[in-house]
Amino acid sequence: MKVGIIQFPGTNCEYDTQHAFAALGCETQILWHKEESIPDGMDLVVVAGGFSYGDYLRSGAIAKMSPIMKALKIYADNGGKVLGICNGFQVLTETGLLPGALKRNEGLHFISRHHHLKVISNDNDFLRHCRVDQVVNIPIAHHDGNFYIDARGLEELYAHNQVLLKYTDASGNIDNPNGSVDSIAGICNKAKNVFGLMPHPERAMEALLGSDDGRAMLEGFINA
Amino acid sequence: MKAIVNVFLKNGVLDSQGKAVHHALSGHGFGSVKDVRVGKQIIIEMDESDETAAKEKVAHMCEELLANTVIEDYEIEIQA
Repeated sequence: MKVGIIQFPGTNCEYDTQHAFAALGCETQILWHKEESIPDGMDLVVVAGGFSYGDYLRSGAIAKMSPIMKALKIYADNGGKVLGICNGFQVLTETGLLPGALKRNEGLHFISRHHHLKVISNDNDFLRHCRVDQVVNIPIAHHDGNFYIDARGLEELYAHNQVLLKYTDASGNIDNPNGSVDSIAGICNKAKNVFGLMPHPERAMEALLGSDDGRAMLEGFINA
Repeated sequence: MKAIVNVFLKNGVLDSQGKAVHHALSGHGFGSVKDVRVGKQIIIEMDESDETAAKEKVAHMCEELLANTVIEDYEIEIQA
């Protein structure tokens, strides 16, 4: 299993992501944003978290103009698997690989803490090792995590099982930290090969550090 | 030629920053404030002489980068 991890100026979760996938036995490669192609044989490309281009203009907006994004679009259009975490999710919505947009958190604060999430759909590679309604504990760290999509887009997401995760409390009751539509924390595209979420599964790999619930999620991509 | 681009959240998309500013103004005694919207202004100096062509180019920039049309609207003003 070979995982490519895209690095823009301002990305800061690429090495955590690399560490997480290496711990799962994957071969990893950091891909600089100036690259014009995705190397052959990549089983998954991760758009890692951070603050690409300092979040100038809008989170993820300037990153979408980088050469590697054209290559990533071709890779995804050909069925390649893509995972966007946090700023990576923002980049994927800005690029149009995922629907909707991420706005400033409703309470305007940067939120950095562990948060519970409920699994909504598991008929996909990412969450196939999780149960529907399972509650997981995953850190969030974002300022612009307020997921927005219009009513028609939301209907589409539900109709095709594209809503993956919602913010909840430990018992699985909706607990919305940032104002996201329907408390949505993560989605995928209709073809179920492009995934995006605001929480950081790569930061939940060790029980000793608070949670290892991210492990089962990332493991979903292995041998998928 | 100069292009002034104003970018705002669409009507119907909650403007949390506008709401916070509104709240602060009301709290400071500016009771007549009915609504506040916070947007951004982007000023672009261009090497163009044709106003129509300039506006067309800036509209393209807005669609490609300057605005996220999922949540934002934009207005363009061209100044000679």
